[in-house]
Amino acid sequence: MAKHDISRRSVLSSTALFGTWFALEPIAKAEAHVYSREQPWTEEHEDPPHGASPGPYQFFTADEAAFVDAAVARMIPNDDLGPGAKEAGVTTFLDRQLVGPYGRAQTWYMQGPWEKGEKTQGYQYRLTPAQLYRTAIKAIDDHCRETFGGKAFRDLSIDQQDDLLQKIDKEDMKLQNISGMSFMTFFMRNVVEGFFSDPIYGGNRDMVGWKMIGFPGAHYDYRDYVSKHNQDLKIKPVGLKGRPDWKP
Amino acid sequence: MASRMQPVDVVIVGFGLTSAILAHELTEAGLRVVALERGGWRDTSTEFNISYAQDELRYYWRRELFQEPARETITFRNKMSETALPMRHLGSFLPATGVGGATIHWNGQTWRFLPTDFVAHSHNTQRYGAKVIPDGMTIQDWGVTYDDLEPHYDKFEYLYGISGKAGNLKGQIQEGGNPFEGPRQREYPNPPMEMTYGPTLFGKAAKEIGYRPFTAPSANMPRAYTNPLGVRMGPCTYCGFCEKYACANYSKSSPQTTINPVLMQKENFELRTDSEVLKVNLDSSGKRATGVTYVDTSGEEYEQPAEIVAICAFAYHNARLMLLSGIGKPYDPQSGQGAVGKNYAYQIVSSVNVFFDKDQIFNPFVGAGALGVIVDEFNGDNFDHSGLGFIGGGYLACWNTNGRPIETHPVPKDTPKWGAKWKRAVADSYQHTISLATHGAVMSHRDNYLDLDPTYRDVHGRPLMRLTFDFKDNEHKMSDYLTDRATDIAKAMKPREVHEKKREGSYSIVPYQTTHNTGGAIMGSDPKTSAVNRYLQSWDVSNVFVVGSSAFPQNPGYNPTGTVGALAYWSVDAIVKKYLKNPGPLV
Repeated sequence: MAKHDISRRSVLSSTALFGTWFALEPIAKAEAHVYSREQPWTEEHEDPPHGASPGPYQFFTADEAAFVDAAVARMIPNDDLGPGAKEAGVTTFLDRQLVGPYGRAQTWYMQGPWEKGEKTQGYQYRLTPAQLYRTAIKAIDDHCRETFGGKAFRDLSIDQQDDLLQKIDKEDMKLQNISGMSFMTFFMRNVVEGFFSDPIYGGNRDMVGWKMIGFPGAHYDYRDYVSKHNQDLKIKPVGLKGRPDWKP
Repeated sequence: MASRMQPVDVVIVGFGLTSAILAHELTEAGLRVVALERGGWRDTSTEFNISYAQDELRYYWRRELFQEPARETITFRNKMSETALPMRHLGSFLPATGVGGATIHWNGQTWRFLPTDFVAHSHNTQRYGAKVIPDGMTIQDWGVTYDDLEPHYDKFEYLYGISGKAGNLKGQIQEGGNPFEGPRQREYPNPPMEMTYGPTLFGKAAKEIGYRPFTAPSANMPRAYTNPLGVRMGPCTYCGFCEKYACANYSKSSPQTTINPVLMQKENFELRTDSEVLKVNLDSSGKRATGVTYVDTSGEEYEQPAEIVAICAFAYHNARLMLLSGIGKPYDPQSGQGAVGKNYAYQIVSSVNVFFDKDQIFNPFVGAGALGVIVDEFNGDNFDHSGLGFIGGGYLACWNTNGRPIETHPVPKDTPKWGAKWKRAVADSYQHTISLATHGAVMSHRDNYLDLDPTYRDVHGRPLMRLTFDFKDNEHKMSDYLTDRATDIAKAMKPREVHEKKREGSYSIVPYQTTHNTGGAIMGSDPKTSAVNRYLQSWDVSNVFVVGSSAFPQNPGYNPTGTVGALAYWSVDAIVKKYLKNPGPLV
């Protein structure tokens, strides 16, 4: 994530103003930020979130997107409770996540040596989330084509799809590079993220996830409600970018 | 070749909770102080802006507020017979980086330890006999008492504006407070928080059983507050984005909201961020520190000479720096010799989900990090342990911290992991479920320890900290007992369904539990069995002080921050009143 630091010019000028008894040369060369006798503050310094950019898929191929559409629809289906993961845009959410720093495992420790490890030692695969998805989707679709006469996962019946995902989770169908249960846990976690995160990230379209459970979203002041015990508060949800009927 | 900076009186490693306290007190005493923080500057109006602070995905799930394992992580194993492997992404605990450290994203649950916690070894042996401490359990007395720390607890609580009701005022038990706490000299600076529905029901049920529940002591402000330094905080808005998130309201106590506005203005204080201390430098005798070596983001190295070095880097980072710098004798679990790295401990937690029908509406999103009701009957040695097979305990809580849906969507036992039934269970349970928590002590054991990993390295090429740790019999028995007691209260709430979730099996680095890492540079009365003395001064290098939860010889059943703050004040008080007058070993 890009961080905006206060301008170097303002740092150096303040050091010059109050004397340099704290530091010898070559402080001017330092990439450290030195703060003395002030709380740094720059007008219009901000660090807003980077939401999903609009447009076509940036990570998934058409085949992969079709798989993901079908798979997320099994994880959180469309039903009488309301829209499911597919309608909520979870495929778009995943796409933007996987093409970005998360997909690249940017903040993870990805140095070797690599060993299998115990379950208690956590994720020890060489795969980044992007590689994980790419590998798993291919493995599952390849398996489907072999087993179901050339059909991809998206072409199977809903029952067949549900059945296969269960098999993967129980390790009855083996994925090559990762345990099936690990992939399904990972996948469901990402699907839940996509269903319930702020709509700026591409999922939870029209706040359907929040509306399903009654979560008000990006509200930040509930003081009026603390004493309202056991009451249905009926708070309209709002996202970081507001909501359609909200005119600032 | 490192560039040499102008010498200062004190160089502090890190700029989190303990650093800010030390820097403030030492600059008040007239010393020139430099703090070196490897992360960046962070402040409320800029980094924790009210327009976007409430972003569940970004700050917790994409880990933006926390230390990046890519630069540095730990390696972990349960047993010495295993190979420790890197914690490749964060899970069990959330170490921070940047100004303010982990106090940016803590929840504000602020406690004092019990008087008996400080003498856990002698107290338990006295009451239950020496055999109550099993072979391999290495708990020790702290070398300080609750009475020693009382004025410093008080000072920290007033600095941080802690809200609560005194339970023991100068020996008199008070209604509405914790009846088990050690005596305090005066009331909390702020009254208890106004309570939401779930914890209120919990409190009612607990009372019916005969317990004495009370509102949790909290660093979320119940009202506007001006602390003794003149720094102002705002009232908490119960936003439900507290723990794991930064506060945009100036209502969660942290260095930013309690000390930094005053400290940063001082002419004898300087902060350098993006400056990572690689090691503490020692003179040729190895008994005196000359300062530290640090590196900036371009890789340039600097030497900062100082008369005093304060290592305030957080928990296990403290032990690591000591080991990398050759301060003290590294702990060897085979022989039991040495003290640096010894007695690492943590917390053992469990939960009970309590499901109600739709006529009970909890609005979980109306929450705050330390908003809750506590039952403390089973903490420490507050109860008779005879015949139970364990020592120590923990509190039972009904916390109402959040309803953030990615994290908090409870479902009944045996609900499928996804699909239509899962979706229905989430929709039906979200508004009608509360969760009880147990927060248990972890005793120290011979083979739970920290040392330097032989294989894996950080971005600078330094060996990572290796953690060898598991819960032992004592912890499991105790935690199961606490969970059963929580279930008793859950049942008394007359719900539709209770789902008890005991802590099972070995400790795993994967699911989040707490960021209550302790030990590794423990305090004590004996230089053979502790790394620092009762003033948190290194036994081996007398101008080095090591401040943090690293000092805990074992971890009691309360959140550590209150005691970390008290120890910081206690230690810096000794530096100012004793060490400066007569530099050298204080003990």
